[in-house]
Amino acid sequence: MTGTRSLLRLVLRLDRVWLTVWVLVIALTPVATAASYKKTYPTPESLRGVSDVISNASLVALNGPLFRATLGGLTAWKIGITELILVALMSLLTVVRHTRNEEETGRLELLGSGVVGRYAPLTAALLAVCLANVALVVLIALFLVGVGFPAAGSLALGLSIGLTGVLFAGVGALAAQLTQNARSANGIAIAVLGVAYLLRAVGDTGPIWLTWLSPVGWALRMRPYAGERWWAAVLIVALAVLLTAVAYQLVGRRDIDAGLLPQRPGPAVAAPGLRSPFGLAWRLQRGTLLAWVVAMVLSGAVMGGAANGIAHFNASAQVSDLLARLGGRKVLVDSYLAAVFGIIGLVAACYTVQVTLRLRAEEAAGRLEPLLATRVGRIRWAASHLVFALLGTAVLLLVAGLGAGLAYGAQAHDLGHQVPRLLGAAMVQLPAAWVLAGFGVALFGLVPRLAALAWAGLIACAVLLELGVLLGLSHWVVDASPFAHVPKLPGSAFTAMPLVWLTAIAAVLLGAGLVGFRRRGITSG
Amino acid sequence: MTDAIAVSGLVKTFGSTRALNGLDLTVRAGEVHGFLGPNGAGKTTTIRILLGLLRSDGGTASLLGGDPWRDTAALHRRLAYVPGDVTLWPNLTGGEIIDLLGRLRGGLDPKRRADLLERFELDPRKRGRTYSKGNRQKVALVAALASDVELLLLDEPTSGLDPLMEEVFRQVILADQRDNGRTVLLSSHILAEVEALCDRVTIIRDGQAVETGTLAEMRHLTRTSIQAQLTRPATGLAGLPGVHDLRSHNGHVSFDVDTAELSTVLRQLTEAGVRSLVSQPPTLEELFLRHYGNATAPAAEKTAPDETAQEKVSQ
Repeated sequence: MTGTRSLLRLVLRLDRVWLTVWVLVIALTPVATAASYKKTYPTPESLRGVSDVISNASLVALNGPLFRATLGGLTAWKIGITELILVALMSLLTVVRHTRNEEETGRLELLGSGVVGRYAPLTAALLAVCLANVALVVLIALFLVGVGFPAAGSLALGLSIGLTGVLFAGVGALAAQLTQNARSANGIAIAVLGVAYLLRAVGDTGPIWLTWLSPVGWALRMRPYAGERWWAAVLIVALAVLLTAVAYQLVGRRDIDAGLLPQRPGPAVAAPGLRSPFGLAWRLQRGTLLAWVVAMVLSGAVMGGAANGIAHFNASAQVSDLLARLGGRKVLVDSYLAAVFGIIGLVAACYTVQVTLRLRAEEAAGRLEPLLATRVGRIRWAASHLVFALLGTAVLLLVAGLGAGLAYGAQAHDLGHQVPRLLGAAMVQLPAAWVLAGFGVALFGLVPRLAALAWAGLIACAVLLELGVLLGLSHWVVDASPFAHVPKLPGSAFTAMPLVWLTAIAAVLLGAGLVGFRRRGITSG
Repeated sequence: MTDAIAVSGLVKTFGSTRALNGLDLTVRAGEVHGFLGPNGAGKTTTIRILLGLLRSDGGTASLLGGDPWRDTAALHRRLAYVPGDVTLWPNLTGGEIIDLLGRLRGGLDPKRRADLLERFELDPRKRGRTYSKGNRQKVALVAALASDVELLLLDEPTSGLDPLMEEVFRQVILADQRDNGRTVLLSSHILAEVEALCDRVTIIRDGQAVETGTLAEMRHLTRTSIQAQLTRPATGLAGLPGVHDLRSHNGHVSFDVDTAELSTVLRQLTEAGVRSLVSQPPTLEELFLRHYGNATAPAAEKTAPDETAQEKVSQ
């Protein structure tokens, strides 16, 4: 354990921005949601209609059951799963980053030759993550008490999130011992999170014992603001301790750089298809694209499936009246679906930005240089990745629309009509996502060192979409987001002109970026 | 015979730093040309300009008779490049990367590929992320050497290789030179490697070529170091031109002498009566140290590189 203290300081120094941003986002989400619900549902009566909608099976699968229709209960239900996923990602990524990734890159070897004990790096990483999670518990509880929520429930919500973070730090620690590289370790740990989520989703809508096999299920079953069950916290802590203990055992047994899972040898010669920049891009991108396709089909299907619940909930006479005046249930469903596709468009744009920035990542890592030293031209190389950014995004929107259309259409017994309608609602998002690809390429070509700002563009779009109107921002500011110009389908009238404009803007940005890229020097690092 | 590479007055600046400051470099077709210099001298920058990865800010550069910035794709069909710091795609195996780079250059000789893999003892089935630095270097070397090209640009190709593999590299280059007569630009700071392989050498410092020529020509410019036991004190040695770092103690003298002045100095020694004599021929290393020994000296010093040494003697 010698050296843990200095390593902990190093970890905190390296991650001061990374951890701070995670902690702030995770700590502010509940209080922001709570505040907005307080405005939306000023009276207990106004909450009643909501619980009818939420008992819909798709929503229960997505977010878990609503335990009590109070402001606190609703807030916990709305943000619970999102927060658990975020905190798990923060914790496992941070632990792997400071253990297996450091080992893989050889930096740990340099440190390890100093006065640093065998267990010190893992201990330092776990301590840093625990500190972040303690901060989360305190901040979440304090903020929620601050907006007037009951103290016990606020503490239970904070604890359920913080302890889940500690648990997934353990998952990350264990995964880091199994493989030789950080990417696979992250993959294993995220897969564990995915399985935990699925077990709970299936368990909550059917055989409840499945939920009790899932740590995510335990965290939700702490029931914040709904008769807290403190003993569920003990389950989480026990599993976290067990996982961490196993990880320590494995550290004690293995060599540096070694993993427990054997490395499989790959092919000694390249497949015939690996002979062009596109062949290479396909090899590098296909895994990511496939994972995204699966995720988008599922999200589309779940969200589409939930729409039918909105159409058929048992509303009180008052709510039915209100609905009738608004234009009937069909309007409600359409506006729900339009909101869903707005989010799906933004999520697909995450893929767009991720793949666009692959250009810069390849360059910065020094992998572009040997390629450009062959007869591959710059534009041809850039195009091989941009095909994925532009057409890959189209595929994602297509499958999301298809998933939603099939799920909703099947329940509404209206496949022939709903599938094309929702496909259209998904595809109108494409030009807006392309604008972000264009923005990324322009940054890459003209100011490569600032290419990561493309993410800032995406975040700005998300903030404007979610909060723009709420914050009462001027029309000009809200309109800066390409997504503000996408027709709100289904429901509104379709207009082609904004889409033509968005596509043109994307093309101009793309062109400017590629011209800049052709003229500038290649820089690595 | 034409020049494979002709660079003159090349300038490249990065912000306020001047990486290349009027560099001249000529590589004749078919020769192995050593490109010597310490880290940061501008070797890699020069090669990147030759590859069309960077655009020069001044001077001219021609590669295989073409413009490296404009005729990039056409020129790259005819050359192979090994970077000094090889990064590989983590998910691709070494074999896949070798094939990919070979195909992108315009062809790979499968027999040669197999032969090189065996000689460099490289396992082509491992993933890029699992190779050590030396093995990553081998992947790039095999890909370049097995390619069907006429020019090899090697940027410190043996960094990270163990001494055994350095020896294999030398043998492979010498054999390749014998069989194919390809042009090679070999950037390096390992002098033994350059001495073993290169026909001609260019030494660069602070972005300028300070010395260029064959090794024989360069040796002529260098000094031989002499140690002798004399019967009588050698008067007048210190006054002879070309004698440096003279030390004398109890009839034992040691000094360096410019190779051009060797016979005059030896005559003087014989007159003093020589009991024993040890002479060491000049190495490239000495030449190198002479140019880099005081790297902070102004560039003007290169016109009179001996001044500082002579001052020491007179003190």
